[in-house]
Amino acid sequence: MFRLSIVTPEKVVYDADIRSLVVPGVDGYLGVLSQHAPLITALKPGKIEFRDSDNSTHFLAVSNGFLEVSNNIATLLADAAEDADDIDVERARKALERAESNLAAVYRGELDADAAEIRAAMERAHNRIRIFDSTH
Amino acid sequence: MPTLREVQKRIRTVKSTARITKAMEMVAAAKLRRAQARVEQAKPYAAKMDEMLSHLALASTGEIVHPYFEERPIRKKTLVVIASDRGLCGSFNTNVFRKADTWLAEQTGTDVEIVAVGKRPVDYYKRRQWPIIDSHIDWGGQLDYDRARKIVTFLTERFVTGATDEICLVFTRFLSLVKYQQVVDKYLPISRPEVAEDSGTVSDYIFEPSSEQIYAALMPSYATTKMVTALAESFASEHGSRMMAMGNATKNADEMTQTLTLDYNKARQTQITKELLEVVGGAEALKG
Repeated sequence: MFRLSIVTPEKVVYDADIRSLVVPGVDGYLGVLSQHAPLITALKPGKIEFRDSDNSTHFLAVSNGFLEVSNNIATLLADAAEDADDIDVERARKALERAESNLAAVYRGELDADAAEIRAAMERAHNRIRIFDSTH
Repeated sequence: MPTLREVQKRIRTVKSTARITKAMEMVAAAKLRRAQARVEQAKPYAAKMDEMLSHLALASTGEIVHPYFEERPIRKKTLVVIASDRGLCGSFNTNVFRKADTWLAEQTGTDVEIVAVGKRPVDYYKRRQWPIIDSHIDWGGQLDYDRARKIVTFLTERFVTGATDEICLVFTRFLSLVKYQQVVDKYLPISRPEVAEDSGTVSDYIFEPSSEQIYAALMPSYATTKMVTALAESFASEHGSRMMAMGNATKNADEMTQTLTLDYNKARQTQITKELLEVVGGAEALKG
């Protein structure tokens, strides 16, 4: 067992002891168990999966963030993290559509915006939809 | 002595003013509650961010390579003034400007440019002909990460490209419901995180992918968090100040109504006495 706290700028999403954790590191998914060596890693949008002390599995959608593990404490800082059950999939679908049309407009030269930023938004929306679909 | 009608008119005016200030006080109180909650909510994240940065610094001693840390000889400074869009909040804006002006007066020999957040500081510094390079008005209430990120991107780009060598924020810290403090905070370059030796943290961290890349990802978030905190605190202080100012105004108006009512009654009494005297005098005269 080790401690996991997931904190976003809006709130503390989770703070309790857990058994195992899988997070989307920038170079691929990585698993963390109790007594893991000290680690700091950057995260990319993806799925967090962890088993709590009652052995039930939780899924969360996470956007960019960081994970630090030391002394059996895992601290996960994320721009946004939401439980798979709380995902507003309609909103995510709309965001995806909007991002797609914006991106097309940028390529046609009709809209002056940062393409990388739009692509990041697309990825976040896509991630939410994917996690929603995989758990429902 | 003002006439009865005049006094009555004044009472009406003062009463309607009191109604407005009372309403504004209540609106400010409601907004303050929300703003305060936001300040509280943002705290754990900011604290963890600080912690992570200091662990990162501890684990990668001597090799902090990120442009945000770069200390240069200072030729140009940027001051970000964060105040409100609206007035009627007591000395909230004035206090911020006083703090900013003291700081500006100390900057002899350095070029200073201003970034104004809020309508009041924009007006204030425009009138005083300071170079405003960026301004954000109507930010209150819709303060979110995207908005803050825009300001942060603008500032960091300016710093990294060398357009400015130091960036400071002047804003109001929300210490408690009744206590605010105007501060000038250095924003960039970020002073090297303090390394706590005795905290029991291990120094042989694994970095995925590498400490440079983690710095590259972490620092913009850190800068944004700092900005969001400043904005949230300023916003909460603004509503706190407004609530207090409007509360005082309501109290003053109530006192004034009382004094005026007293005046009114006195004037009325005098008039009745005078009329009575006239009637009695008239009767006496008729009796002859």
